[in-house]
Amino acid sequence: MFLFRFKRTAKLGLKSLWMHKLRSSLTTLGIIFGVSSVIAMLAIGEGASQEAQAQIARLGSQNIIIKTAKPPEEQDVSGQDESMREYGLTYADAERFRNSIPNVEVIVPSRLIPQQAWYRNRKVAIEIVGTVPWYPEITPAQIKLGRFLTSIDLHHKQSICVVDEKVVDELFLFDDPLGQDIKLQSDYYRVVGVVQSQSRGEAAEALGGGDSAEGKGQGANVGNIYIPLTTVKNRFGEISIQFSGSSGRSVERVELQEITVKVGSVDEVLPTRDTLETLLDRFHKKNDYQVIVPLELLKQAKATQRIFSIVLGSIAAISLLVGGIGIMNIMLATVSERTREIGIRRALGAKKRDIIMQFLSETLMLTLLGGILGISLGSFIPYMVQQFGKMPTVITGESLLLAFGISAGIGVIFGLYPAYRAANMDPIESLRHE
Amino acid sequence: MRDRDVDKTNKTNGQALRMDRLCKSYQLGSMELKVLRDIDLTINNGEYIAIMGPSGSGKSTLLNMIGCLDRPTSGDYWLGGENVALLEDDDLSLIRGARIGFVFQSFNLISQLNVVENIEVPMYYQGCSERESEQRAKKLADMVGLGDRLKHRPTELSGGQQQRVAIARSLANDPLIILADEPTGNLDSESGAEILKILDRLHNEGKTLIVVTHDPGIAKTAGRLVELFDGRIKRQPKSE
Repeated sequence: MFLFRFKRTAKLGLKSLWMHKLRSSLTTLGIIFGVSSVIAMLAIGEGASQEAQAQIARLGSQNIIIKTAKPPEEQDVSGQDESMREYGLTYADAERFRNSIPNVEVIVPSRLIPQQAWYRNRKVAIEIVGTVPWYPEITPAQIKLGRFLTSIDLHHKQSICVVDEKVVDELFLFDDPLGQDIKLQSDYYRVVGVVQSQSRGEAAEALGGGDSAEGKGQGANVGNIYIPLTTVKNRFGEISIQFSGSSGRSVERVELQEITVKVGSVDEVLPTRDTLETLLDRFHKKNDYQVIVPLELLKQAKATQRIFSIVLGSIAAISLLVGGIGIMNIMLATVSERTREIGIRRALGAKKRDIIMQFLSETLMLTLLGGILGISLGSFIPYMVQQFGKMPTVITGESLLLAFGISAGIGVIFGLYPAYRAANMDPIESLRHE
Repeated sequence: MRDRDVDKTNKTNGQALRMDRLCKSYQLGSMELKVLRDIDLTINNGEYIAIMGPSGSGKSTLLNMIGCLDRPTSGDYWLGGENVALLEDDDLSLIRGARIGFVFQSFNLISQLNVVENIEVPMYYQGCSERESEQRAKKLADMVGLGDRLKHRPTELSGGQQQRVAIARSLANDPLIILADEPTGNLDSESGAEILKILDRLHNEGKTLIVVTHDPGIAKTAGRLVELFDGRIKRQPKSE
């Protein structure tokens, strides 16, 4: 009964909307823009959010990363231009972590050296990562070809290396990288494996920790070449010479650029971080390290993005509101224009309820039509943004539901008052209305 | 009353309606404007009644009252055993739709709807099925001689034709009473005569007919004349 009634009410509504095609479509336009901007804004916000979160997640949520940081320049202690500065993380630190913190699962010390890699006549800027065989445990990056470093490599200080896909793309083009020799500085290293790129640089950039030591001298987005830590120590030493401005050169000695600690579960991350900091604080007089907790950053990023999304969403919602008011305006005009019809219908047996349903269904149809068109347009905008703006966008099911719900809600809220007004007009007065 | 069919049979000694000391007044600022005073009126089933009177005498208000568009300020109005004064708005709508057929001076057809759809309107509000009401609407249109104009809009019809649609519409729910407010007032004499013929036929078929008019011709055709003056019934020949 109700459904059948609803069908006829809808038919009636469509008919009178169709009679005023221009008016109806202009009114719908307001809703279309409102809904599509809600969807587009949320999609752009969500895309940015997921991108940032993915970058941070690549650092590992169970990881604590301790980086060597150049301490603030002490003003010329000896008056000499050429002074040896010693700072940063040491093997002893890694050892202490292992011995004094029980819930640490993996400890990965790393040396990071920006370099140029040569293969035949091609060269490319890379970052050498001197590390240990269990490095893969702290990163989601998969081994694509061959193998990673082994403890035998470490023990024998082998001249071998594992490269990531970025290096393969830039250096080897169509050659099979396995078994080829890459030249770093003056030595050759045989490629034994290929791993996925994990864009450490980008991630570090996202953390805002870009200025830690010489690690990222070559800029953010370079490929990595993994070499046994012992080999790096042997070949490159621990002393780096930097030429800095007018003062000439400065010599620095840094043992390790990075120590990554992985704990058993996400819950242990923050307590372990505190213990680590206490420990570091005791042995480092200078403020020459930086502790990064991806988990915390992830939480922060989520919170920031949430606010970002809310702001974007609210701006879009205002345009929806304006669209809704437009609809209400038109419906009020329609009601007063059709006063006589309302009187006739009331005289012929329509209850107030029937009149309310009649006008409400018209408003609902306008807004739902606007909602559906708005969703199509709103899905198209992020697609264009992605194509031409090179910005990631994500349209979530919830945002579609939200937009559709909002447009239906607007139909009811802004339709109710005009419908109510129509229903409560005095039938006698309305019949007399010209 | 709600959810129960309106009882169209008359339980009150063949009376279609009865008004007892019915008053209607409007509040105009601090002044009380008495439009109807102590109306006592009984109309039997199948009667043809003409209501006459100068403008401002309360004819329209009386008609609205009979048509359940308005409620009395005091007094009783019995329509088929139901005291209208005590009913809710929804019940009044139901009664209007089921028991009363309206014919207006200015036709009052809905301009967006065609002939059939206009006739269907009262049936829609009584919950008739679409097929049923369409069939009946076509039959009624045929009856008033518009069987070949089913899809025409009111604007495409002459005044006389529009009024015939309105009469067909008033018959949609097979009401007991047909209320006509100056049905020939906007028509030329030829179309007017045609309309009166149709009304006469309805009367002969047993409908109770109440017509408000200025036309003495109608008053002559009618079985009884009720004259209103200043909100009172001036002359009311005893109903036979």
